[in-house]
Amino acid sequence: MEIFSARNVNKVFADTKALTNVSISVNEQSIFGLLGPNGAGKTTLIRIINQITAPDSGEVFLSGRKMTRADIGQIGYLPEERGLYKKMKIGDQAIYLAQLKGMSRHDAIKNLKVWFEKFEIMAWWNKNIEELSKGMQQKVQFITTIVHKPRLLIFDEPFSGFDPINANLLKQEILQLRDNGATIIFSTHNMGSVEELCDHIALINKSVKIEDGPTDEIREKYKSNIFEVKYKGDFAMVNNALSQQIKVLSHIENSRENQITVQHVNGKSNNDLIKSLIPVAEILSFEEKIPSMNDVFIKAVGESNKR
Amino acid sequence: MNKTLIILKNEYLKRVKKKSFIILTLLVPFLFAGMFALIIFLSINNDNKERTIAVFDESALFNNEFKEEGFTKYEFIAKDKYDKLRNNLKGSEFYALLYIPQDIYSNNTAQLVSENQVPMELNDQIQRKLSRFIENDKRQKIINETQIPDLEKRLADTKTWVTLKTLKISESGEAQKSSSAIAFIASYAMGFIIYFFVFMYGAMVMRGVMEEKKSRIIEVIISSVKPYELMAGKIIGTALVGLTQVAIWIVLGFVVLVGVQGFFSPESAQQMGQSIMESQQQMNPAMAQATEPNKVLEVMEMIGNLNIPLILFCFVFYFLVGYLLYSSLLGAVGAAVDNDEDSQQMVFPVTFPLILSIMVLFPISRNPEGPVAFWFSIIPLTSPVAMMARIPYGIPTWELLLSMFLLVLMTVGAIAAAAKIYRIGLLMYGKKVNLKELIKWLRYKN
Repeated sequence: MEIFSARNVNKVFADTKALTNVSISVNEQSIFGLLGPNGAGKTTLIRIINQITAPDSGEVFLSGRKMTRADIGQIGYLPEERGLYKKMKIGDQAIYLAQLKGMSRHDAIKNLKVWFEKFEIMAWWNKNIEELSKGMQQKVQFITTIVHKPRLLIFDEPFSGFDPINANLLKQEILQLRDNGATIIFSTHNMGSVEELCDHIALINKSVKIEDGPTDEIREKYKSNIFEVKYKGDFAMVNNALSQQIKVLSHIENSRENQITVQHVNGKSNNDLIKSLIPVAEILSFEEKIPSMNDVFIKAVGESNKR
Repeated sequence: MNKTLIILKNEYLKRVKKKSFIILTLLVPFLFAGMFALIIFLSINNDNKERTIAVFDESALFNNEFKEEGFTKYEFIAKDKYDKLRNNLKGSEFYALLYIPQDIYSNNTAQLVSENQVPMELNDQIQRKLSRFIENDKRQKIINETQIPDLEKRLADTKTWVTLKTLKISESGEAQKSSSAIAFIASYAMGFIIYFFVFMYGAMVMRGVMEEKKSRIIEVIISSVKPYELMAGKIIGTALVGLTQVAIWIVLGFVVLVGVQGFFSPESAQQMGQSIMESQQQMNPAMAQATEPNKVLEVMEMIGNLNIPLILFCFVFYFLVGYLLYSSLLGAVGAAVDNDEDSQQMVFPVTFPLILSIMVLFPISRNPEGPVAFWFSIIPLTSPVAMMARIPYGIPTWELLLSMFLLVLMTVGAIAAAAKIYRIGLLMYGKKVNLKELIKWLRYKN
């Protein structure tokens, strides 16, 4: 079920195009990856969703209704460039920010305490932000983003500033938020986390959306018939047997097992490949190589830049 | 509106709870009280030195008639003693030597010799004594010459009548004069207070905006509230801080004043009152002769002659609107720049009219009807300070209304422009902002 959509959004700053006819659709209780190189227009789109800036044309919808200013209470936004008041007690500013999102003071304190306990930072409640490490600050920032139980969460590079342990904690929290009913728009350059978390991605380059779809499908789409075969036997014989019908990309020779990476060039099936292998080597594993999101990103952006 | 209220409350509490605010707010009245106490103390203890003045009366007119006054005694001496003292004053028991020459009647000149600078008061006292005496003597002579038996009484009656009449004129004239002194003080003080508050609290708004931008919390905030709600909350919250400060100062000032008066006991207060009265009388003997001595009441009356409700209303009006004008402009500056050097550069052109108006404050207070006063009090950016300096003197209604109207008009325009710059500037980083750039922002639609 679609919870959020942007339709034909355009935005021009002075003489640079930030967004050109961008449409996205985000399903409820999913994690949507908004990807793209620096300056592609992601932040502009996010700001439009947050009603910080208005599009020149096009519209954004939440739960099927055109979004208005009143809807921002249902959004939690963690910007890429973020900070907190330096000279204000952490507890106080968390309450303040929650109140600005429309919570009552009483509810804000109640919910904040739960989260502070969970993240083990309750002892910092009365401290100034200056006294905290960067990681601690990020935790506080994360809590202030989600404390009002928003239906739509927007995280822009949420993992920056976290060590691997806390990054993992955060990942678990994000997944749990989704499982509890929230929808997440997630913008990052960390392609590993995209593979792990995102159900669906959209790729923006130079203000234009160039790719959009479920993560698996996109990766599938960018696969280029590359297979990885592990075997026991002589590489020269294997190479000889395969090179007639297939392109050998690389090979690794070990004492226990050898590995070869090949790419189909003409319409041969996997079975044909295996058939020609059987006489010359013992096959240990046969696996199609799905491109990583990193590969997809580089390839898609590279192709779009060429156009 | 609700969110503006939350921001307002947060801004207010944040600033009011600050140590520097509490210290400054509490300290200032005590500083003033200390100064006030010092002045009272000095004025009471100023002239209680016992002095004896030797009088050599060559004219032989005064016949030992000089009475002791305050702490000053007079002793008449003979010529030989005078000659001796003239060169030997230092070692003697006398503070000064008064020489009344033979021809004082025609020349109206006497001489006072002393080793130190004679206090003004003493100088006045002696002048007054001599003048009064000669006056009386001349009158007496006429009485004697004319031989009209009850002439003195008739003269006195005439004088009483004349004095009453002059008193009336002189009193109103004098009241006018005194109240114009009071008006001058009120004018200068109020112009200055407005300048001080508008500048201080306007800068406070700007720093607050810059802090939000610099710490990057701004993007979170404006994803929760509209920029104008944020700006309104900030500006109003800060204004309330200013009003709180003034209120505390008024209350504390009152308490301290009562305390100081208590400290110096009623008698000393009375003494001070008397010494003020005396000095006033000395300055203006004609008036002193006839006026009843309740001078304090008269000063109160003079203050009462000022249009207090109008002044208060205008003060609040010009303070609030002037503050609104400058704080929104400075808030926009705070949003447009992202480092301190740039802000310095932008603040100057914005606050220049304010600085200009404090520079012409003195000339305006002295000549509230002049063209400088007129134009500065009509032009919106300088009118909060300049008009406030003119109001205690009284001002044509149309000028006041025109000034107010233009100020409000300007402020509304400034807020609209500032809101636009504010909204665009808040998320603009790493761009060197100048006036040209700001004008470009103003042209952006939406």
